[in-house]
Amino acid sequence: MSALINALSTRELAEIDDEISHAPYRSAVAIDALKIVQAHRGWVSDESIKALATYLEMSAAELDSIATFYNLIYRRPVGDKVILFCDSVSCWIRGCAKLEQHIGDRLGIKRGETTADNRYTLLPVPCLGACDKAPVMMVGDDLHENLTADSIDAILADDSTSRGEHD
Amino acid sequence: MTDRGLTHPLTRNVHQDKRVTDLAAYEANGGYRGLRKAVEMTPADCLQVVKDSNLRGRGGAGFPTGMKWSFVPMDNAPPGHKYLIANADEMEPGTFKDRLLMECDPHQLVEGMICSAYTIQADIAYIFLRGEYIKSAQTLSDALREAYAAGYLGKNILGTDYSLELYLHTSAGRYICGEETALISSLEGKRANPRAKPPFPQVSGLWGRPTIVNNVETLCNICHILDRGADWFQQLGHGEDAGTKMYGVSGNVVNPGCWELPIGTTVREILEEHAGGMLPGYKMRGFLPGGGSTDFLTEEHLDLAMDYSTIGKAGSRMGTGTMIILDDQTCPVGMVKNLIEFFAHESCGFCTPCRDGLPWTRDVLEEIEAGRGREEDMGILNHQVAFIGAIGNTHCALAPGAMEPLQSALKYFPEDFERHIAGQSCPYCDAG
Ligand SMILES: Cc1cc2nc3c(=O)[nH]c(=O)nc-3n(C[C@H](O)[C@H](O)[C@H](O)COP(=O)(O)O)c2cc1C
Ligand code: SF4
Ligand code: FES
Repeated sequence: MSALINALSTRELAEIDDEISHAPYRSAVAIDALKIVQAHRGWVSDESIKALATYLEMSAAELDSIATFYNLIYRRPVGDKVILFCDSVSCWIRGCAKLEQHIGDRLGIKRGETTADNRYTLLPVPCLGACDKAPVMMVGDDLHENLTADSIDAILADDSTSRGEHD
Repeated sequence: MTDRGLTHPLTRNVHQDKRVTDLAAYEANGGYRGLRKAVEMTPADCLQVVKDSNLRGRGGAGFPTGMKWSFVPMDNAPPGHKYLIANADEMEPGTFKDRLLMECDPHQLVEGMICSAYTIQADIAYIFLRGEYIKSAQTLSDALREAYAAGYLGKNILGTDYSLELYLHTSAGRYICGEETALISSLEGKRANPRAKPPFPQVSGLWGRPTIVNNVETLCNICHILDRGADWFQQLGHGEDAGTKMYGVSGNVVNPGCWELPIGTTVREILEEHAGGMLPGYKMRGFLPGGGSTDFLTEEHLDLAMDYSTIGKAGSRMGTGTMIILDDQTCPVGMVKNLIEFFAHESCGFCTPCRDGLPWTRDVLEEIEAGRGREEDMGILNHQVAFIGAIGNTHCALAPGAMEPLQSALKYFPEDFERHIAGQSCPYCDAG
């Protein structure tokens, strides 16, 4: 058991313990714990599932059924930044389908895929609650509104520059 | 300067530049006055004020808030925790009102929650926040830190013997988490499957304890109601409903946005005066009054008041109050397909009509849209609407809600479906 838990870092464990401190039982923090591991590692591996399940006193199968239920828990590796591209109704009316095509062409990926240089993963997301600024997307933690093909190009170029790279 | 809070209580601290109102600015504008008044009253008196105010839940169903709270066991309550939860999972397609309230004025939600928790004597509260709302998570955690430091939260609030712990929980994303019993499952760390009612959460909710789940906008109203009274709140509304409402418009209009207006403002006023009407070259064909799971209404309904009963009588629902406009250059079949696609994806998979019926419906719509529709598809769609849409055939309201835009599109725009099938192409698509 301890060998398994060693797969979690002390910082991860400290954050999970903080959640457990105000929960009635350990497995009640399953979703928080998955999010903590993902925040540190980018995604949740089989090994993390096993280690977490042991730590939370639940079965790995049950924890995995929770992990795979939620849209924002990634059970496969993702790029440095996830692009959450809204494809819900108001963005659709405002032409998001063509823009998704544009972004896909530019990055050479389709939804669900990661760029070869591992920078971006493109995922569709339900309505981001910014429908008055449709179409919208998130790149990492940043929301981008009133998208056009040109603004998408600029956003991706800026993102490269801010990482100290040239596009 | 007139007190904007008298007429626009919810957005009195929402500024053009969308800056966040911190504790000092919030207090300077009358903030936490409602809480100070509340703790001077008994919980029973607070409940009476909320009942008298005639406030109805702003999360979509419009259930009277005071009545909902009155089912929480009070004096005879068995010992143990009681919970209050703010439903901040805003994910109904076309809905963007709670985000604005949390990003610009987080203390309003916090104060509203403390007042509400005091009224039902809850000792633990949660904000169940959508994971993608990064900025709201920041503004709310800052506000919570300030509120704890100022003695509005924690032990012995404002020197009384009332104590409350308030936690922020960020979700891992699924529309069904917004359904209140599914939300409770999710907060317990499980898959977000809805639960059978009864028992109702008011009696047996989070970890089997009495629990109230309310929408963000609902809770934001509470501090103002306790501060200024039920009569003041009643007279804010135009018709039989009380208070103001966060109304929104999205689609091909001049000025899409979200505004706090008297509840019962007409659709026309919202669309033409606030949203500035349709963009040049576009005509309105219909609108979903309150998010993706409400029935289409059309031009003939423009002069109706946006309130629960008026929109209900017209055959739709006010829902979240944020309208989505269908214009004459957007394909109604494609729009409904987009919505059904969303609901099919977000189905929790617990019951068959929803898990299997929604993808089937989507596939039929996809065939029609792609120019491969068959005459019998109309019969299939009508059957799905009757079967999946019937309350009681599914475990929760997601699937019936999904059928609302489809059933009303079949009613108001049948010729569009028929043209797709007869012409074997989408008349709106460029390629068509
Ligand atoms: C599928 C589904 C999703 C829902 N999503 C939300 C939501 O995101 N936010 C919300 O406040 N209510 C949502 N609701 C309504 C809640 O179940 C519940 O009625 C509401 O939170 C009660 O609050 P209120 O009485 O203040 O309106 C949803 C309902 C269903 C059936
Ligand atoms: S109707 Fe859909 S979302 Fe609701 S319980 Fe059934 S499968 Fe789940
Ligand atoms: S539909 Fe895209 S943000 Fe709402």
